[in-house]
Amino acid sequence: MKIILPVEKEQENTDICQSLGRTPYFMLYDTNTGSSEFFQNPASNSPSGAGIEAAQAIVDSGANTLLTPRCGNNAYSVLKKTGIAVFRTIPGPAISNIHAFLEGDLSELDTIHEGRHHGEN
Amino acid sequence: MKIAVLSGKGGTGKTMLSVNLAAVATPSTYVDCDVEEPNGYLFFKPEDVRPEIVSVLVPSADPNICNGCKECVRFCKFHALAHSGEHLIVFEDVCHSCGGCSLICPLNAITEHPRTVGVVESGRSGEVTIHTGRMNVGEAAGLPIIRKLMKKISESGQERIFIDCPPGSSCTVMESIRDAEFCVLVSEPTIFGAHNLEMIVELVRTFDKPFGVILNKRLDGEKDPSEEYCHRNCLPILGKIPFDHELGILNSEGKIASRENGRFFQMFKDIYDHITECVSI
Amino acid sequence: MKQLLILSGKGGTGKTTLASAIIRLSEAKACADCDVDAPNLHLVMDYKGETERKDYYGLPKAFIDAGLCTHCGSCLEICRFEAVISGKKMHIDPRACEGCGLCERICPVGAIEMHPSVAGELRLLSDPEKGIFSTAQLKMGNGTTGLLVTEVKKQMIKASDNASLAVIDGSPGIGCPVIASITGVDMILIVTEPSLSGISDMDRILDTARRLGSDITVCVNKADTNQKMTEQIRDRCLQMDVPYTGEIPFDPEAVRIVNKGLTLADEKCPAGDAIRSVFENVMNIMNRR
Repeated sequence: MKIILPVEKEQENTDICQSLGRTPYFMLYDTNTGSSEFFQNPASNSPSGAGIEAAQAIVDSGANTLLTPRCGNNAYSVLKKTGIAVFRTIPGPAISNIHAFLEGDLSELDTIHEGRHHGEN
Repeated sequence: MKIAVLSGKGGTGKTMLSVNLAAVATPSTYVDCDVEEPNGYLFFKPEDVRPEIVSVLVPSADPNICNGCKECVRFCKFHALAHSGEHLIVFEDVCHSCGGCSLICPLNAITEHPRTVGVVESGRSGEVTIHTGRMNVGEAAGLPIIRKLMKKISESGQERIFIDCPPGSSCTVMESIRDAEFCVLVSEPTIFGAHNLEMIVELVRTFDKPFGVILNKRLDGEKDPSEEYCHRNCLPILGKIPFDHELGILNSEGKIASRENGRFFQMFKDIYDHITECVSI
Repeated sequence: MKQLLILSGKGGTGKTTLASAIIRLSEAKACADCDVDAPNLHLVMDYKGETERKDYYGLPKAFIDAGLCTHCGSCLEICRFEAVISGKKMHIDPRACEGCGLCERICPVGAIEMHPSVAGELRLLSDPEKGIFSTAQLKMGNGTTGLLVTEVKKQMIKASDNASLAVIDGSPGIGCPVIASITGVDMILIVTEPSLSGISDMDRILDTARRLGSDITVCVNKADTNQKMTEQIRDRCLQMDVPYTGEIPFDPEAVRIVNKGLTLADEKCPAGDAIRSVFENVMNIMNRR
């Protein structure tokens, strides 16, 4: 499975970014190989629609699971169509969150917050 | 003759002035472009109101034709589109209705349908025709409603049209003054009023609109930062309305002062006459 | 850090006058003026210190290269924002252009490009004693005010070290900039006035704010200019279960004080005393949460 997280830098022990839509990078961890790749978030400097654009990038990455501190309702609308599971991160670097998830210690993200623009059609 | 009344700062008396000018200069038309918080209709209490829905076009993809190429997703500068789980998802309130996705889809899978964003209500009060623009609560921007209002008055052929503009100097104000022949700038005697007056003077000059200033809510014997600003910059002053307790009460109760009291009728008539002099110059 | 936002719906009810007094009374070390279209708070805040300025880029806007343009008119045909101006030289009106990029896409000779566009300027003032003050000025005629408002708040949050309270002066209306200012705040204080317009606008801003789920209280400024209407507002708040935090009298002294560039907490006056009481009521509710 592939797990994706919003991160500050391109390193496994980097901090999780508190914003999903405007995170500078995403980390994509492959449980088969145990290795991580990183890519820039195309939405990090977008004037608008960042949550939507970031969610599209997440969908396109092929990830099945997202670990994030928060998620806006626009991004969530995009993610739920592919059945990506969304879990809430805990304090600590990215790699610790991966391990916590694999040990079953993370819980699903249950509060989706209102974005600046609300809702899809 | 199309006269726009604007202020930069909110609460200076735009609506009071435009409503009363329309009331003394009959037959006339009053247009409320402050579509986020329209107030003119509270004064006129129009009759025979006919609503016209204002809508914008938003896209949707036929799932039988769409193959998920995401050409539209990549094109949309506003990121109103996403493709996920074999569905094209449209975020209608992020969409700017440019029509681009529909045009560029290689399979012609996208069509557009209307989405309601507001309403234009047209009615009458005596010899005044009233057009009120109202944006639906929850919408982000009122530009489509203002465009509809402007289209309505350009088609009407009415003689005297008074446009009550939104506060500020953003794109909605610009759209409201676009067709105006003369702009009346309303200010109040505070440093905030003077500061925002400066802003809209710049705005009307950018559009090469002739203008004049009304100094409202003047306090007896007090300095008026807006008046000082006008003097320093040699700006034409069309009139000075004193802070008047009775006027304030009438206004707060949604009454049209010029219809209630001969003294106010005269005051607004004088201002109107002065404006027509300036317009004919 | 708790955030208190001051809104009005209707313009001219005294939002900025109240916000400035509350900032002084609360000694909030972080504040922001989110009325980026017509910012006024700085006129009475008197912050000494450096101003950091940063260009704010909105969406890129289209630009036609006259040298390549063949006057085919395709762009004019497809532009829905009336931004293409025809003439000897076809050009784009940047005030009308919304940056959709369709003209760039369909131009058969590649004469159109999207260019970065400065839509405003972010400003951050840091006063060693008073704290930080975040604001911005939108360039005339621009849209995208919502995003600029978000940037003003982000800038404030980032620069506010140990501030326990941030006070934000909002903008009039109910649209995008107002919605952007509401997200993430702990409490909204709606300032209204006793008039039919004031009540109507208060209803619309209440509707807007409630959709976003924030805590809200209402106070009435210039309350004695129409006591009957003030009571109507009070009753309405009771009906709608919105806490009513007080009334402020019309005070000619207040205009004089503000015109000197001071807040109503800097010099004694009846309005200032009433604001203090409103402030205390709002703080009580905020602290209970």
